[in-house]
Amino acid sequence: MSDAMAPAPAAAKPRRTLTRAVIRFAGDSGDGMQVTGEQFTTEAAWAGNDISTLPNFPAEIRAPAGTLFGVSSFQLQFGSQRVYTPGDQLDALVAMNPAALKVHLADLKPGGILIVNTAAFEERNLTKAGYAKNPLEDPSLAEKFRLHQVDITGLTKAALEDLPLNAKEKDRCKNFFALGLVSWIYTRPLDPTLDAIKKRFAKNPTFVEANIRVLKAGHAFGETAEIFAENYGIDPAEMAPGVYRSMIGNRALAWGLLAAAQRTKIPIVFGAYPITPASSILEELAMHKRFKVRTFQAEDEIAAVTSAIGASFGGAIGVTASSGPGIALKGEAIGLAVMAELPLVIFDIQRGGPSTGLPTKTEQADLMQALYGRNSESPIVVLAPSSPGDCFYIAYEAVRIAIKYMVPVMVLSDGYLANGSEPWLLPDPKALPDIPTHFRTEKEGFFPYLRDPATLARPWVRPGTPGLEHRIGGIEKEDVTGNISYEPENHDHMVRTRAEKVRRVAQEIPPISINGPHTGDVLVVGWGGTYGAITAAVEEAQMEGKAVSSIHLRYLNPLPPDLGQTLRQFRKVLVPEINSGQLVRILRAEYLVDAVGFNRVRGVPLQTQEILEAINQLVEAAR
Amino acid sequence: MSTVKGAPEAASSGPRYTKKDFESDQDVRWCPGCGDYAILSAIQKAMPDLGIPKEDIVFISGIGCSSRFPYYMNTYGFHTIHGRAPAIATGLKLARPDLKVFVVTGDGDGLSIGGNHLLHVLRRNVNVTILMFNNKIYGLTKGQYSPTSELGKVTKSTPLGSADRPVSPCAFALAVGATFVARTVDRNIAHMEETLKRAAAHKGAAFVEILQNCNVYNDLAWNVLYDRESKVLHELRLEHGKSLIFGPPDARKGLVLEGVKPKVVAVKEVPESALWVHDETDRGTALILAQLWAPDYPIPIGVMANEQGAPIYEDLVLQQEQKVIADRGEGDIAALLRSGETWTIK
Repeated sequence: MSDAMAPAPAAAKPRRTLTRAVIRFAGDSGDGMQVTGEQFTTEAAWAGNDISTLPNFPAEIRAPAGTLFGVSSFQLQFGSQRVYTPGDQLDALVAMNPAALKVHLADLKPGGILIVNTAAFEERNLTKAGYAKNPLEDPSLAEKFRLHQVDITGLTKAALEDLPLNAKEKDRCKNFFALGLVSWIYTRPLDPTLDAIKKRFAKNPTFVEANIRVLKAGHAFGETAEIFAENYGIDPAEMAPGVYRSMIGNRALAWGLLAAAQRTKIPIVFGAYPITPASSILEELAMHKRFKVRTFQAEDEIAAVTSAIGASFGGAIGVTASSGPGIALKGEAIGLAVMAELPLVIFDIQRGGPSTGLPTKTEQADLMQALYGRNSESPIVVLAPSSPGDCFYIAYEAVRIAIKYMVPVMVLSDGYLANGSEPWLLPDPKALPDIPTHFRTEKEGFFPYLRDPATLARPWVRPGTPGLEHRIGGIEKEDVTGNISYEPENHDHMVRTRAEKVRRVAQEIPPISINGPHTGDVLVVGWGGTYGAITAAVEEAQMEGKAVSSIHLRYLNPLPPDLGQTLRQFRKVLVPEINSGQLVRILRAEYLVDAVGFNRVRGVPLQTQEILEAINQLVEAAR
Repeated sequence: MSTVKGAPEAASSGPRYTKKDFESDQDVRWCPGCGDYAILSAIQKAMPDLGIPKEDIVFISGIGCSSRFPYYMNTYGFHTIHGRAPAIATGLKLARPDLKVFVVTGDGDGLSIGGNHLLHVLRRNVNVTILMFNNKIYGLTKGQYSPTSELGKVTKSTPLGSADRPVSPCAFALAVGATFVARTVDRNIAHMEETLKRAAAHKGAAFVEILQNCNVYNDLAWNVLYDRESKVLHELRLEHGKSLIFGPPDARKGLVLEGVKPKVVAVKEVPESALWVHDETDRGTALILAQLWAPDYPIPIGVMANEQGAPIYEDLVLQQEQKVIADRGEGDIAALLRSGETWTIK
């Protein structure tokens, strides 16, 4: 139960209690749907619900108004039980214009709540959306769904009649009418939104007044208009006690770095070139110079990673971030960090590809690139967060491993984790594992490639240390001395040594946590942003009595030492991924198990239902 | 005329080194007769006079013959990847503004594959000293034409002659905002030494083009400045505050500026006041100088531009960091985690 929860507004109409709801706000990219969704998320969080969100917006900055490709949407699932995903099918859809209706109607459940802004359903918008006639006039729409036709634009204008704002400014408030209305329907408290409005427009009291009026007008409309017969309550979820905040993946990655900078007392140099959906990490870090994080907006992706490598050579923590296309450009430089054996952290926020692909959509198809996307034998450590909040721990872990093993570490996040949010139990920074850092200063017995026997890490020396002047570079080294060497046996030895160093990171990996019994018919193996959908599907299958368990890999290179043994305890192994089958190939190759993939590459998260169907098919096959 | 004015005096304080202190234990592996040997020697000779502890000196290079350089200097060094040394150096300076960083590059490394990074390190005015060995050829890959090769250059990759016009390194550097630009020649050790010392002392990005001979793939490409007779005719030594005069003693020539157009005149035929006086602090006229070449014009050697006081990139970045820490204190992750909207579940 939340102590910050505002009292629910008195409702005269009957209220039904639900365990969860999936709603989507959809409109033009200029309609403020992202703000609306984020604000509703905060309200639900205040009410103590568990939540998962899915923002979805066009790649165009200001796509032409009214068009299908200009539609922007924000989906969330909130509930009184554990919520793993933003949901498959919608319980409620708010369509601010015909294009939004056309794009999203197929996802609305039969009998679901459909709120449309009637004012936007005029000839021009209908034509742009490709409707020959107004869909609102088709009686089947109201038969199939609980259709609520609301003149959101007109009611907004009316509420603001006497305020000194121009027509455009008034029109811009209409998203808060929709928010007020949906907040009434699901009895979520308005308080956090009222606070946010006051903060956001602190310098303009008229805007504060306008937005609050419209929000309350929407809320009152639900309460008084006769078209809504009832509204819904969703009890607080049972969540671990503690202080929570809403967290999105990219911010969590940034904060994980800040935590590492504070713990190590070593500056971070973060080199990045703007790219969707990774840019917000650079922007977030740029706000936190107090942590001695030096952000560098480089001239290109290659300068972004090489500046990070230069910083690591200088004794700072070099970090770079990008998405798939940028990671491809960084490949040669990552190889340099492998050769020079310097710590380097690389964030890859995966998006649809290849080439420019689907810049704002999610995908998991860079796993092979992370593992093998460089020339020659170039092993690096690869980690993957499983939820937006997990990005914090993964970023911190990436720094820890990079320093301990003097090795590049790549983190595979994705567009869904980057922008998606969840209520996140705040960690205790003191409880994070230590990151021991040692800069060698002893002259006696120094060699640049002398190795720590446990980790095989070479010494980290800060330039400026007297007596330890040395040269490193991309040419093959003689082990220990670091001198240039073209000796055949030395090269073979160094190739194996670099691989063994990465392999030894396995000693850092905790035992696999299995969701369900340790043996059974089907083991579902996932990685990255599919955690929620897989877990929800597996728990549903378990409730149906199926012998199904799941594991989620956060360490992809090296793989957990107990993975092979775990896989063999199940008759079938299912690997759902948003790619055409990458982890599944690795598992088959590494462990000689007959794992099968479930693969959809649509730029959107996997759905719980389709994974459940794939599980059920495999359970059948296992018998 | 043999010294460049304004070079720092030999360090009176700081560590006492000799050239030997900067020689590493590695065998030098350039071709016999390569101009790089002379450059290495000049740099090793110049280093003791910088007055910088050698553990604070870093040489960063990319790929190419020139980029082997760091292995031969007994300082810190990093031989990186093709074209990227300026970006590596920028990251290093952000992490460690206290270090003295040299970037060693060539005409292919710096102006072809790494052209973009060279542009940005110069315009940002990162406090590094960039030494570009220009031999107008790809040496390490055995003799293909480079972005500074003359039009029509016949090489293995251009058997009928190259079809692209060359870039002038100094003009490029000035055009993108370099605050110190100079040119020197591998066969003039004294001039190289003095020029290097001045470049190293500059606060901000210093760019030095060193005309260097590749005796295997492009021998005597700079013969216009090697041949004694030709050199006397064409070499123009730049000295701040002095008239631009060149040519043999009995036929001295000078430069005058007609608007923005340079013109060669016989010194005795014009009043002294009409001659173009070199002003290092004027990057505009430096850009005109950088584009002059024989036979129509003299070939300027020395410091073309030396703009003092331009803001240094890493200094600005660090100032922002120090100011925000002074104003608000160092960051605290525990406080940040609890900032903004939070709620408690009991």
